[in-house]
Amino acid sequence: MTQSSDLRAEIDRIYREEYGRVVASLARRFGDLDIAEDAAAEALLTALERWPTDGIPPNPGGWLTTTAGNRAIDRLRRESLRDTKHQAAMMITHDTPHEPTGPVEDDRLRLVFTCCHPALAPEARVALTLRLLGGLTVEEIARAFLVAETTMAQRITRAKAKIKAAHIPYRVPERDDVTDRLGAVLAVIYLVFNEGYLSSAGDDPVRTELTAEAIRLGRILRQLLPEEGEVAGLLALMLLSEARRTARFAGGELVTLDEQDRSGWDRSLIAEGHALVRECLARVASGSAAPGAYQIMAAINAVHTDTHDHRDTDWSQIVALYDQLYAVSPTPIIALNRAVAVAELDGPDVALAIVDSLDLGGYHAWHAARADLLRRLGRSAEARAEYDAAIAATQNAAETAYLSRRRAHLVDPSI
Amino acid sequence: MRPLSFVERVEAADRLPSTKGKTMTQYLLSVHGPSEVWDTPLEEAQPKYEATGRFNDQLKTTDAWVFVGGLERPETATTVDATGNDVIVTDGPYAETKEYLGGFWVIEAPDLDAALKIASEASKACGGKVEVRPFAGE
Amino acid sequence: MTQYLLAVHSGAADYDRSLDEMQPVFEAVDRFNQKLVADGIWVFGGGLERIEAATTVDGTNGQTLVTDGPYLETKEYLGGFWVIEAPDLDAAHKIALEASEACGNKVEVRPFQAE
Repeated sequence: MTQSSDLRAEIDRIYREEYGRVVASLARRFGDLDIAEDAAAEALLTALERWPTDGIPPNPGGWLTTTAGNRAIDRLRRESLRDTKHQAAMMITHDTPHEPTGPVEDDRLRLVFTCCHPALAPEARVALTLRLLGGLTVEEIARAFLVAETTMAQRITRAKAKIKAAHIPYRVPERDDVTDRLGAVLAVIYLVFNEGYLSSAGDDPVRTELTAEAIRLGRILRQLLPEEGEVAGLLALMLLSEARRTARFAGGELVTLDEQDRSGWDRSLIAEGHALVRECLARVASGSAAPGAYQIMAAINAVHTDTHDHRDTDWSQIVALYDQLYAVSPTPIIALNRAVAVAELDGPDVALAIVDSLDLGGYHAWHAARADLLRRLGRSAEARAEYDAAIAATQNAAETAYLSRRRAHLVDPSI
Repeated sequence: MRPLSFVERVEAADRLPSTKGKTMTQYLLSVHGPSEVWDTPLEEAQPKYEATGRFNDQLKTTDAWVFVGGLERPETATTVDATGNDVIVTDGPYAETKEYLGGFWVIEAPDLDAALKIASEASKACGGKVEVRPFAGE
Repeated sequence: MTQYLLAVHSGAADYDRSLDEMQPVFEAVDRFNQKLVADGIWVFGGGLERIEAATTVDGTNGQTLVTDGPYLETKEYLGGFWVIEAPDLDAAHKIALEASEACGNKVEVRPFQAE
């Protein structure tokens, strides 16, 4: 009994691991995502039937791709006999072999650019990427994003219909466009990660299935585009954040960086993240493109994870990196994070002046940062009001718990 | 223009890598605006007309060009309904809305990326947002 | 000669109609199209995919902004159209009448601006 359920789990694991590759390969061959998905599902059924007696083949991914390909051909033959008039719009536009191609020819890379096409709605890009590349079921994606399964199914169906009707190409963009388009792909992966890392809603403060999936997609992309600094940067950023995941919560409460038990950090993930950051630094030093936002954010996280004691943090380096990040991406949220670092270097009064100048009212992290600075400046009454505003603005239970504790510990001179 | 049948695709699938030619799709690139747009003084509209004219001239030299036209103001529209027993002709557009189709291009492109590139140039030239819609295959 | 747009508007329900139901319409439209071509008044004609396939491109601010969906959300959208050439509005109306009969829908007639 245990043995068969172990085997089932192993088959499920292989299937999810190989799903993106199987679907991507079939989508290229048959020009139709539905055919590719249906054939992949049929290949799984065949595997579940055969592998328990025949054993798992030496190259299960290849076996699944071949089997799914055969199933698709069977189906197309059946349909062409049944309905000779049936003509399907071609989704695929092949590059001719002589055309200068994108950085790497890989079906999964084509697929990720199709899933993250700018003509698709952002939430559809996320859903399609998780479904087609990540192999998550519609139900799993719906659960992860806390929407009804029918809503998620509709979102995915609609996106696939648009890919087909509007002829969204199945292709790695040409070099001129690849940076722009890659930005959309990285944004999707980072969004999946962040949704898992600090859930905006729901009972779980962290949803590890999403952080793990984002990292897995990041690793696939890194494998496909090893020369892209931003791909390495995003993976490093996610690894260095993930390394601190368990230390970020204690007793259902968010633990901020300064209070975290650093012995609980995952050293192997930190080592992997640091190696990627060093690689990015070397690439930048060798004179290739200036680092983008993900590489700089990864570098900031590398500095944070470089010391065993919060007090040893090199804040001047962190502020310098935030300056660089703000230059690349001048958003008020980055200015807010920079101000938090400035507080460590120049004091809370300097930081508060910066925070006050930002138009971020209603954003929970702005209220939380402001509350903390006011607390440090001994302005307890104002801090209390600010903690209240922060608590009202967050939907994350662990963050609420942390803010409430901080608020309760305020020294109130009026009492 | 002819989409490949399933049989052809199955055969093509067995001859990898595929060398089949690119199928072209027609796209409608349309520009919308409120009826006041038609009141824009000529001096103001002139630079856009000229930019659009240059864009059109350039487009006409490519295989992508199928049709281009700018419409008269929506108040000049008439609606004809011959679906019942009597033919009903009414003055005015099919539906009163805030914005109307102002003009459009029909182009031919191998895929959406190519259509979006042309739409982006069209948008720059005419100074309006451009909606891109595929025509249904034959 | 003036060019006229003969536009047909459609809602989601029109696209949901079955192929069997649509077959006679397709055939009537096909006959009408062939007549337009034969009479030398055909400029262009085509049916559009459903509105969910639309993308909007904004290149007016230096960079290109691409968004999913139509320019404006409404109940009905342009579903297809003809561009024809006619000497005057009366002639255009006659053709629009045949077009309306063929496609089973109201047809909006709008003149194009002269070049």
